[in-house]
Amino acid sequence: MHFRHILSALGRHRIAVGLLVLEIAFSCAVVCNALFLIGDRLERMQRPSGVDEAHVVELFIGSVTPGSADAVMAQTRTDLAALQAIPGVASASVINQTLFGNSLSSSGVSLSDAAKAPSIPVTQYMGDARLAGTLGLKLAAGQWFKPDEFVTREQLISGSPGLPVIITKAVAEHLFPGQPAVGKTIYAFGANRVVGVLDRLVQPRDSGPAAYYGYAMMFPVNLPYTEGAYVIRVKDASQREAVIQGALRALKASGPMRLITPKYAFTLESQRDKYYRNDRAMAWLLVGVCLLLLVVTAVGIVGLTSFWVAQRRRQIGIRRAIGATRGDILRYFQAENFLIATLGIVLGMVLTYGINLLLMRHYELGRLPGYYLPLGALVLWVLGQLAVLGPALRAAAVPPVVATRSV
Amino acid sequence: MFVYYLDLALRSLKRNKVLTALMVIAIAVGIGASMTTLTVTYLLSGDPLPGRSQRIFYPQVNPSPHASTKHGPWDVMDYRSAMDLWSARRADRQALIANATVKLGAPGSGRPPLMVPTLATTADFFPMFDAPFRYGRGWSADDDAGRTRVVVISDDLNRKLFGGEDSVGRTLRLKDGDVRIVGVLAPWRPSPVFYDVRGGRYSNGDTASFFGRPEDVFVPFAAAEDLVGNDFDAFTCWAGWDSANASLQSSPCVWMGLWVQLDDAAKVAGYRSFLASYAAQQKTLGRIAYAEDTRMMGLMQWLDFNQVVPSDVRLQTWLAFAFLAICLFNTVGLLLAKFLRRGGEIGVRRALGATRRAVFAQCLVEAGLIGVLGGVGGWLLTLLGLWLIRRQPVAYADLARLDVAMFLVTFGLAVAVSLLAGALPAMRASRIAPALQLKVL
Repeated sequence: MHFRHILSALGRHRIAVGLLVLEIAFSCAVVCNALFLIGDRLERMQRPSGVDEAHVVELFIGSVTPGSADAVMAQTRTDLAALQAIPGVASASVINQTLFGNSLSSSGVSLSDAAKAPSIPVTQYMGDARLAGTLGLKLAAGQWFKPDEFVTREQLISGSPGLPVIITKAVAEHLFPGQPAVGKTIYAFGANRVVGVLDRLVQPRDSGPAAYYGYAMMFPVNLPYTEGAYVIRVKDASQREAVIQGALRALKASGPMRLITPKYAFTLESQRDKYYRNDRAMAWLLVGVCLLLLVVTAVGIVGLTSFWVAQRRRQIGIRRAIGATRGDILRYFQAENFLIATLGIVLGMVLTYGINLLLMRHYELGRLPGYYLPLGALVLWVLGQLAVLGPALRAAAVPPVVATRSV
Repeated sequence: MFVYYLDLALRSLKRNKVLTALMVIAIAVGIGASMTTLTVTYLLSGDPLPGRSQRIFYPQVNPSPHASTKHGPWDVMDYRSAMDLWSARRADRQALIANATVKLGAPGSGRPPLMVPTLATTADFFPMFDAPFRYGRGWSADDDAGRTRVVVISDDLNRKLFGGEDSVGRTLRLKDGDVRIVGVLAPWRPSPVFYDVRGGRYSNGDTASFFGRPEDVFVPFAAAEDLVGNDFDAFTCWAGWDSANASLQSSPCVWMGLWVQLDDAAKVAGYRSFLASYAAQQKTLGRIAYAEDTRMMGLMQWLDFNQVVPSDVRLQTWLAFAFLAICLFNTVGLLLAKFLRRGGEIGVRRALGATRRAVFAQCLVEAGLIGVLGGVGGWLLTLLGLWLIRRQPVAYADLARLDVAMFLVTFGLAVAVSLLAGALPAMRASRIAPALQLKVL
């Protein structure tokens, strides 16, 4: 291919070529960064929670004139027994906060009880002996709480000495890098003994930097239903709706008048869906913008190339008359587009990097991984070749006889 | 001359319909995308209390007794500090606020009880924040002092419970006590719900919830203490608190905000020194550790501090303008092609005596006409974009509408973009040498 000829021809249209190069460069930069943002959102939406989400449903019961603390606790035990008895239920528990729920309770955790000791915020889950099984949590090390270790919420808050705690691997690796955490002591509610390390459990909702998302711990607490929600594990995921209906009936029958409505009963999956709907909307928006952008860029390429073809009709006719084949003409325009696209992509890479730096500064995004650059380049090369095909075929169809006419 | 150029431009646009359509579509899409996001940003970053916001302030002290928590005051205050500052009455107006979600029943309506967002506040709230009343009025300072069980309800709740009629004087059941309705608000939708804004800097830019609706029930703070008990939402606690046996009022938790209105600069300075002396006095009493850790931001400054414009919205705005830039390059290229193709025609005009300036003006008129057409398309696409946003599951969805100002900006931007795009090609066209072009004809 005669790149030198193409270059000298392009030199006669510096402004138009410059515009195309700029357009392609901008498209490349925006598309690369948008793809990266989409990937970032998808990754965020797919973060595992450590909970067996497909088998868990939850119910919030509005407390109405609860009565004495003992009476509420007794009612909670009655409710739990009634929930366990529903067919299809594997286990039922009370939990203080639910995944993807609205509330988040957390404490500063440190390695000493000195007031100035550096601490990290760790979210706390409290629940009864069945909770770990209900959520389907997995231990990485150590063991679950023993049946005699369960206390009341008041005992936990007043810092009863030596209460055990189970922390997540993320917390363990932060506090005790490279060492086994089981048997160590952390300071959360007074001094707490680490008896187990969870594979993974996350904050109910994002709070603080992304690295904090996996910071969670569990305490052995028998909670009244008024302090949290009922979580139920079903044996078979297809029974979730039936179990919710059964649970609402069972709770209505098991105690005094309370606020029990299907409005506050959810599957954990629907809660996850709701929690991430903004991210999903944003990802779709970015997909839409990318597509529109590529269409606009293609329109620009088609427009300018058509103009060049019309302008060079005579020259094309002369080339055809002195022996160039249709293929030669076609390849000439394709090569020309390839050159322009390459220039645009090179400039676009620089722009991509610059926009990424800006995004990193303002939106807590990571560095753009290198593989987005060749991906963006490929997209624009293909787009350029597709866009140029129409005008180039029209150019190839110019008959040699044009050369002999005066206009 | 202008009319003649307009006629020429129309003829020229009709001659190559495909190229014209491509340019109009490119401008319309760019304008549509950027105006949609710009409208949202404009709606979310506006002043919720125009004309008054500069007189509204948010005083804060740090009530922590521990020397280890020097991080600026928490976003809200504990009961003691908030009550002390409020009852000192050093500002022109002052309102306490605390939030709770409370069970509400309408006896006799036959409806099951609802859980409604409730704001416990004080008498000055309504005049200070210009809350409009449809029926009745707010309560008085005497009602605050006398712990009177009255409420003001929102227009939404009034429609839901009473079908929108005048419900002043009726009784509602708030948690376990009867309350009398003294006022019904007219539709009121401050955006954001500025008096509830807090914690924005911890939310990772996910601040769409600030743009929800105001509470459905407003109740005097003292009456709410009796009715709601410990069910208020606490922001955070600096020590353990046994909620079953101790009151929220004596707890080590922060859960109350105070808004004050200060009408001139001298009063602002006066209030700042009052705040400092209050903190110093509390430090001497041994209740708080950091007397110098006080803060008083103006309303707009507080919204800014809480980064109320969601980061997704800001990102979309940047994206839309990058998009507009690409559409601009595209239009420049296409206009260049269009004008230079008419080299012969321009050569004739020049040979017949048209000046370069005249050719330039003619080209710009054509570009401007494309801009107006693109503006119409962009306006329609903006309406479509805002309609799509209204269907999104975000708290500000119902706010996304085009007002007159943004409608004018749409056309202004479209024409400006097309003239900008037309300038370079028009310059090139006006520099065409007549002789060369005539030779080829």
